[in-house]
Amino acid sequence: MSQARMVQIEQDILGKNNQYAEANRRLFGERGMLVLNLVSSPGSGKTTLLTRSLEDLQADMSLAVIEGDQQTSNDAERIRATGVPALQINTGKGCHLDAHQVGHALEHLDPAERSVLFIENVGNLVCPAAFDLGEAHKVAILSVTEGEDKPIKYPDMFDAADLLLLNKIDLLPYLQFDVDKCIDYARRVNPGIQVLQVSATSGEGMADWYQWIRLAHQTRLVGFRSASAVAERQVNP
Amino acid sequence: MHEMSLCEGILQVLEDEAGKQGFSEVRQVWLEIGRLAGVELDALRFSFDVVVRDTLADGAKLSIIDVPGVAWCLQCAESVPVEQRFDACPQCGSYQLQVTGGDEMRIKELEVN
Repeated sequence: MSQARMVQIEQDILGKNNQYAEANRRLFGERGMLVLNLVSSPGSGKTTLLTRSLEDLQADMSLAVIEGDQQTSNDAERIRATGVPALQINTGKGCHLDAHQVGHALEHLDPAERSVLFIENVGNLVCPAAFDLGEAHKVAILSVTEGEDKPIKYPDMFDAADLLLLNKIDLLPYLQFDVDKCIDYARRVNPGIQVLQVSATSGEGMADWYQWIRLAHQTRLVGFRSASAVAERQVNP
Repeated sequence: MHEMSLCEGILQVLEDEAGKQGFSEVRQVWLEIGRLAGVELDALRFSFDVVVRDTLADGAKLSIIDVPGVAWCLQCAESVPVEQRFDACPQCGSYQLQVTGGDEMRIKELEVN
């Protein structure tokens, strides 16, 4: 009979995911890409906001999308209708995307240098908070048709996000939604979170969101040299 | 809701370690779970039993080490205890808090054969 013994391992439960996320992050860095992980509850208008953003931005930047949903490729088809390359990941029973799935998707999607990649996560304000995909920022989308207390009901997500897009503000006149209170709740959870008020339907506030993307993209490109430029310099120093 | 994936992550670590450290059976697993980690312990225990069935950890006991939440209060300039991410500082009432502990999810130790 073998002897029972103790083994110290001290490993992060999400260690494996974090390793894949770091590999993704390295690839994003090498290609000078800005990657945004869009998270929200179902029905926040995330896909509508994304398709409008793609239509408005694709003239001046190279874009790509990874779509996560439990079932169907409906959303990827909506995205592809804009002309932007999109890849759907069906998570099946899974309630979130993980970094390994995203790594696989990247092999197929092969996004261009200096592109902006949007990862539309599974509609769920709980699980995607814990899984780093290698993105530069998580962007939480909350619509004013939801409860203004969502930031404190689902604090992990609003803590993990760098930007909160408060969507569907064109509907505010018909609702009892206290915008200031919602922003106050979000800042209780995450004092550093930025908040932009937008409507993907009327277009109000969307210019601010695009400005935010452009600034984040420029920050990523500081010091970036494309692989072809590096290779050329090695030949002709 | 992602407790099932967490348990799959735990099993993966156990299987990797079994190869490295030369054991074939896991009898007990000690996890450090912070109160701010967003983990539902009942769901974690349930998922663990399901996920490890017919593996090297079949029937293993799961022991949870509770880690309290701690945050740095910018106003008080000291560490204060918190139960939730949206808690105010218990001393000054400010929300300018930076969580510094209690969000960990770690496998600490194993009892193996």
